Amino acid sequence: MSSPSPLQPGSVDLSAILREARVTEALDQLDRELVGLAPVKTRLREIAAFLAVEKARSGFGMVAGAPSLHMSFTGNPGTGKTTVALRIAEILHRLGFVRKGHLIAVTRDDLVGQYIGHTAPKTKEVLKRAMGGVLFIDEAYYLYRPENERDYGQEAIEILLQVMENQRDDLVVILAGYKDRMDTFFRSNPGFSSRIAHHIDFPDYSAAELGSIAAGMLERMQYRFEPAAAAAFDEYVERRQRQPHFANARSIRNALDRARLRQASRLCAMPGPVDAAALSTITAQDIRASRVFCEHNNRSD
Amino acid sequence: MMTNIGARLTQGQFSFLPDLTDVQITAQLNYALQHGWAIGVEYTDDPHPRNTYWDMYGNPMFDLKDPAGILKEINQCRKAFPRHYVRVTAFDATRGWETPRMSFIVNRPAVEPGFALVREEREGRSIRYTIRSYAAEKPEGERY
Repeated sequence: MSSPSPLQPGSVDLSAILREARVTEALDQLDRELVGLAPVKTRLREIAAFLAVEKARSGFGMVAGAPSLHMSFTGNPGTGKTTVALRIAEILHRLGFVRKGHLIAVTRDDLVGQYIGHTAPKTKEVLKRAMGGVLFIDEAYYLYRPENERDYGQEAIEILLQVMENQRDDLVVILAGYKDRMDTFFRSNPGFSSRIAHHIDFPDYSAAELGSIAAGMLERMQYRFEPAAAAAFDEYVERRQRQPHFANARSIRNALDRARLRQASRLCAMPGPVDAAALSTITAQDIRASRVFCEHNNRSD
Repeated sequence: MMTNIGARLTQGQFSFLPDLTDVQITAQLNYALQHGWAIGVEYTDDPHPRNTYWDMYGNPMFDLKDPAGILKEINQCRKAFPRHYVRVTAFDATRGWETPRMSFIVNRPAVEPGFALVREEREGRSIRYTIRSYAAEKPEGERY
């Protein structure tokens, strides 16, 4: 290929392909910006390597057909599925496996119509918009509703399957959702399961990882914890994790938003002027006021 | 029209050129999409030049990024109306333009009989000219 290093004719530098397409850069960025998710990152590197090899092979005229790149992302809420999907779109675009590299995120509502004959045009419309990019179907299991045999979701599924098979080089479909419900969904729709090459499972974050996610969020919002607040927040995370409806990074963001709210009302209630440091500091008091620290609330959950 | 020996309909862009291939159509669509124009597929079997409003095949397509979806739509229209004229129109909704910016034929009947010149005698030996398409003699749907 076009590598400048003294390669023998008939050989190819794979890392050069990745470098030239700026894929290594995208992967490193992913490593830096997303905390944890080790299995996901490994899997992405594998896919990137596979695509580079595929590209090198096509340079030698070896054809294996367009690789199937449809994926399923399973994991609990707030584990970064959408964020990773965005990055995948970028990586696929850089390696030339999708032409435009945009991400269209949809749910059941965007695909399934409300009356007979409404679904097909709606689904096709979305597919048209996703052409050349990545179609991200969040909570994909809602497409299939076995309890209602006349549900229009089935029609959307059939159109999706057809396009996933016939227009593999035009778009990549990513299905996302909770692990157990996606498993049921795939069991009842074997067509999907067999057309999806990469099943990626997103693990929950550990408490330490959530802590560093919170630190990163605060930094981006230009706030900081006072030392006691950091300890309080660690305790908060530990308690919140045990409660139901814990949505990983999303819960962390909400917790920080509420802490900011309490900080604001504390500052407003304070007499006299406030300085910049006070405006950007979240104290332990702001965090400990959360209902997560209320013992009896905890028990009622 | 009378000088158009092959009797090929010459409306819109590229109509004096040989038919565009799918690759060429894709390139044109890409150009339209880059400008953010909405693209529609239209068909008719009345080739008269003043027949401006053709029937739309499906809905106009907004917010697309890639021409693959449009090409699919074009091919479906070609399949449904193999002996009709099919054209692609790119509409610019920008204030001040609000008009089709591109329009070109992507499908035409195998045989195009062309147009006849009709002379109408008026009072005082004056003559009015108009054209009449041979194909449009027959009822709609049976032309070509």
